[in-house]
Amino acid sequence: MTTPVSTSQTEPQRNWKDYFTFNTDHKVIGIQYLVTSFIFYLIGGALAAAIRTELATPESDFVDPEVYNQLFTVHGTVMIFLWIVPAGAGLANYLIPLMIGAKDMAFPRLNAVAFWLIPVGGLLLMASFFIEAPQAGWTSYPPLSLTMGQVGEEIWILSVLILGTSSILGAINFLATIIKMRIPEMGWFDMPLFCWSMVATAIMVLLSTPVLAAALIMLSFDLLVGTSFFDPNGGGDPVVYQHMFWFYSHPAVYIMILPFFGVISDILPVHARKPIFGYRAIALSSLAISFLSLIVWAHHMFTTGTPAWLRIFFMATTMAVAIPTGIKVFGWCATIWGGKLRLNSAMLFGIGFVSSFVIGGLSGVMLASTPFDLHAHDTYFVVGHFHYVLFGGSVLGLFGAIYHWFPKMTGRYMNEFWGKVHFWLTLIGLNITFLPMHELGLEGMNRRIAIYDAEFQPLNVVATLGSYLLAVSTFPFMINVVWAIFKGQPASGNPWKALTLEWQTSSPPLIENFEEEPVLWCGPYDYGIDVPPEDQQSVQELLSEVKTDMGR
Amino acid sequence: MTTANKITIIVLAILIAIISLWYGQNHGLLPAAVAPEAEAIDGLFDFMMIIATGLFLLIQGLLIYTAIRFRRKPSDDTDGPPIEGNVALEIVWTGIPTVIVLILSIYSFEVYSTIGGLNPKAAKDEGPQPVAEETQSEQGLMASASDYLALGLGESPANQAKNLTPLSIDVNAIQYAFLFTYPDTGVVASELHVPVGQPIQLNISAGDVIHAFWVPQLRLKQDAIPGREAQLSFTPEKPGTYPIICAELCGPYHGAMKTNLIIESQQDYEAWLQQQQVAQSESLDNAVALENSNSLLTPYANQLGVNQQLLDELKAYSQ
Ligand SMILES: [Cu+2]
Repeated sequence: MTTPVSTSQTEPQRNWKDYFTFNTDHKVIGIQYLVTSFIFYLIGGALAAAIRTELATPESDFVDPEVYNQLFTVHGTVMIFLWIVPAGAGLANYLIPLMIGAKDMAFPRLNAVAFWLIPVGGLLLMASFFIEAPQAGWTSYPPLSLTMGQVGEEIWILSVLILGTSSILGAINFLATIIKMRIPEMGWFDMPLFCWSMVATAIMVLLSTPVLAAALIMLSFDLLVGTSFFDPNGGGDPVVYQHMFWFYSHPAVYIMILPFFGVISDILPVHARKPIFGYRAIALSSLAISFLSLIVWAHHMFTTGTPAWLRIFFMATTMAVAIPTGIKVFGWCATIWGGKLRLNSAMLFGIGFVSSFVIGGLSGVMLASTPFDLHAHDTYFVVGHFHYVLFGGSVLGLFGAIYHWFPKMTGRYMNEFWGKVHFWLTLIGLNITFLPMHELGLEGMNRRIAIYDAEFQPLNVVATLGSYLLAVSTFPFMINVVWAIFKGQPASGNPWKALTLEWQTSSPPLIENFEEEPVLWCGPYDYGIDVPPEDQQSVQELLSEVKTDMGR
Repeated sequence: MTTANKITIIVLAILIAIISLWYGQNHGLLPAAVAPEAEAIDGLFDFMMIIATGLFLLIQGLLIYTAIRFRRKPSDDTDGPPIEGNVALEIVWTGIPTVIVLILSIYSFEVYSTIGGLNPKAAKDEGPQPVAEETQSEQGLMASASDYLALGLGESPANQAKNLTPLSIDVNAIQYAFLFTYPDTGVVASELHVPVGQPIQLNISAGDVIHAFWVPQLRLKQDAIPGREAQLSFTPEKPGTYPIICAELCGPYHGAMKTNLIIESQQDYEAWLQQQQVAQSESLDNAVALENSNSLLTPYANQLGVNQQLLDELKAYSQ
């Protein structure tokens, strides 16, 4: 297979304007996703700060109770559908073709459509604040969601349908690209683990998102034309909505965390200079999680009108998720054990991810236990739990990914000092914010309330202060990114001496990714194997050697 | 591995075990437990806390130790050892979580059975039930009874063995109040009074949207779903006043939807019941719920739409 020969000097360069157009280059789309979702992260974060400000006092005094419900409804929706899910999709877009040696995604135009649905859905949701904001929670359970304002609810439904469509289109593309476009030498078990995690994620998206769409369309009918799918006043069953909603929304949790499991599996070996420990176990455990995620949904419904057999069945399946997850966590610990750790920002976020995610994982196993969940369900214990998973897990993983792949994306390093400041502020902030929530929930504070018992105030004040620290922590990051784009120290094609294919091209990569088809000269994590210490060569040198050997 | 290393590891393992065992039972994270159901759930929680603390210490310890001990020396540009895995170790860390979750599942199942979760009267879907006549006339406010029988927690095996007849109380949740109806006497109250030691069976339903009945000190929660009835059984043991909290988002004033569970002696309970009967027969029009409402709810009563007509309708429904 030959590629048009062109040197990087004559290669057309990306123009900043390209990022505002319907561009089909997966790298442009990846960055469009990341920047757009980060803007929504700031919006979602501002909403969170408003929520925490209201909760600094037991009375309802900062905003009206209706507005408070709008705040947490939109906060949840934004953080899930406009931040973590699209940010994961952005990384996948940027990295998958590079990691498998492809020029682009399988369906580039579909890819651009998937991205451009994000700002459409996002702006629609934001517009609701100027028309009528939804206020039935991101779960939007009927009959409440049918009574809290037709316009706001319908805006929410349309927005989530648009974002869900984007997610489905993205997933089709990721699967097709990974299955069809790997360079011929790359077998399934030669792929970077990020690709494995995206296979698992895409399968979940494709199987579960249509069910959410069906539930939301039925909810729309109830809302707009007075059908009674879920409305008990007309003989409908609100519990059926919950089954359909969680059939998507539990896998959604894994859709939000699995890409970052992949990210961590890629960051840790590079900066520990050691192979990933148990490649196959980590790869296959992603598929196991993907399968299990489809049969655990009713653990969100242990206190709903569910029969005992169902509560017990879903308890057992939910607990089983701990097994593949444990394999990953122990595998990561063993990967860094005995390595030669470069404790840079990417690595710190990687280790911070494992540390925080473990807390969310342990509380998750507790919540799986039906009798305990009767107490903890819908309390701040649950809020603390899923923020450890989604903030301590997904968000730290995402920041790790940005520090790790920023030199690839821009050809410049981020500032390490400010990266470390960002890391420590984030880690400390997240623990101050979310740890007290566990105790609050156990002691008797339920979630989604603007008014609470005065005895809970001290811990709420702590959580509120922590959330302000988290708000502050984003500034060193933003300044660092902007500074690094213009003034960052220039980075070579492979600044971390990593072995996966994305590092075999220039930084930033050429428009068609590789000058010629890259060569798979070792496994993705063969650190310490092919390069004897006394005879160390740069990856480029080795690469050229291999090329000569193959007579190219 | 050197002998010194082995000793260090054993000492650390024992240390982690001791800390976990101690913290798991002295975490002080739960409020008072006022029923045997709560104590059973607490035993389970403590057990989970022991395991969680152990794993927490193990993994955080590993991470911190690794980050300090294995950081790259500034001059060292070489790679680490090329260890790609270890089947024995991987089997161990697949096996240990498997065993832990098996034990947790079985223990949870046991506790769930102890608190009455497997009682067939409350645990099984017994098919379509005839719709009660009165409920149909209360269109709008009350949804018609559904095709489902009560779901939730039934009488516990211990109480069944003792052959105690549970006191049945109907709980109706509406935006933003709970109404408790005592079917034997027709008393309707806004607070839940129960005699100590008497097994209680709550029949929980909702009038408008989904609510949830939760008493943290009982560790029990059950959603109140319009169109379905659910059951919750417990045996109050410690006298006192405890919060009843609506735990399912039900509207802007969800946070104010609270009332009290009052566990009192049999005499006090009977005196209260009598007083309620007299009061209600004297003036049937009195706004029972409003005058007894807790202080948090009252300021919002007008905004909430808890008005006389609504209360009358509710009373008509519950009688
Ligand atoms: Cu309520």
